[in-house]
Amino acid sequence: MKENQKIVIIDYGAGNIQSIKFAIKRLGFEAILSSDAEQIRQADKVIFPGVGEAGSAMKMLRSTGLDELIPKLEQPVLGICLGMQLMCTHSEEGNTTGLGIFDADVKRFDNSVKVPQIGWNQITNLNSHLFDNVKNGEYVYLVHSYYVPECADEIARTEYGVNYSTALHRDNFYGVQFHPEKSSKTGEQILENFLKLDLRN
Amino acid sequence: MLTKRIIPCLDIKNGRTVKGVNFVDLRDAGDPVELAAAYAEKGADELVFLDISATEEKRKTLAKLVLDVAEQLNIPFTVGGGISSVEDVDILLKNGADKVSINSSAVKNPDLINQLSEKFGSQCVVVAIDAKNIDGNWKVHLVGGKVPTELDLFEWAREVEQRGAGEILFTSMDHDGTKNGFANEALAKLSEELNIPIIASGGAGKIEHFKDTFQEGKADAALAASVFHFKEIEILQLKKELKAEGIPIRM
Repeated sequence: MKENQKIVIIDYGAGNIQSIKFAIKRLGFEAILSSDAEQIRQADKVIFPGVGEAGSAMKMLRSTGLDELIPKLEQPVLGICLGMQLMCTHSEEGNTTGLGIFDADVKRFDNSVKVPQIGWNQITNLNSHLFDNVKNGEYVYLVHSYYVPECADEIARTEYGVNYSTALHRDNFYGVQFHPEKSSKTGEQILENFLKLDLRN
Repeated sequence: MLTKRIIPCLDIKNGRTVKGVNFVDLRDAGDPVELAAAYAEKGADELVFLDISATEEKRKTLAKLVLDVAEQLNIPFTVGGGISSVEDVDILLKNGADKVSINSSAVKNPDLINQLSEKFGSQCVVVAIDAKNIDGNWKVHLVGGKVPTELDLFEWAREVEQRGAGEILFTSMDHDGTKNGFANEALAKLSEELNIPIIASGGAGKIEHFKDTFQEGKADAALAASVFHFKEIEILQLKKELKAEGIPIRM
């Protein structure tokens, strides 16, 4: 793993960014928060967080031009929680179009289950280097009311009333519905795996 | 499968844990950061920090504590105690808290729930409700259960859900401190009438009580303080036994 790699967390006013920064620090790396296009383009790794509401988050991305920038990035990009949902084609939340990186429509859980889903659930059908050294059925921490139905880009699955895609991968883009920064040792392993990816070389 | 959560609660005063804590392996049992990390290591699914200090510096001290905890902790945590404005919540979430819990301030100003859920999302808004059963009716109480109100527990719970709460932390004042088990009948009713997660609090004394609150009380999570602090119940052992009973638990 590149020791002095530049890790940028995209800062567009959404959510609990501090926790991601601290989680990366615990792994021995420094991440910087930035909304600057040039700084983001030059990063070795980009993390795209998000907590809150999809419609207003997309508005913030559009107002800063980040909606144009993110889909064109070439280094490994990891969307977390709402970040992953915004990387999809469309979201039912706020009926908004997304960044269109993953070919999926984000939907709300129906009322046969408690909404939001809050807590630790299992990830299965793991199919990516993002999950190296992570066992099938390990637990991760999730907090969400909307989900990505099973789709072609799926690299992990979770069950909550329905089976849904809890992690996605296409080209240099990765997305996880859960919070690796809050998912104990399993989450640390997944974050570390992401930092190990080196698509440019 | 989504698992049932075990949540130790730490009382905080002026940046230090309050209740005597019987953790021989800690260098400083009064240090919330060290205690939090120890609980995470022992298998706690989440932590709650309840700030009971009443000083002018309270906001600053709590904000600093949240930052220190977030730096070390790799599981989610909630912060509560005297939070009464959007500004209070903003700083706590920015410093790394996952959720905030509001109680009396929500009763005094119910619109605060709407404001918080609109600005930060329902997922980080926990409404804590303390209630007491008076002649068969569950009445909401304020100020740590000292001040009765005319509010009915179930009506208030429905209202906070509609206003955008993401979770309810229900403490039965009749059960709190008794170590005789949780208020499972009221908990089950809350769970059936609402569609957001319910955290059971008040009454934990034995492992069996946790089993009962998950099975009979239909709780999504159970919170306790002294049984964990005094090691009357070890979290790992608790989780093993619950799992053996067929309850979904993260090991």
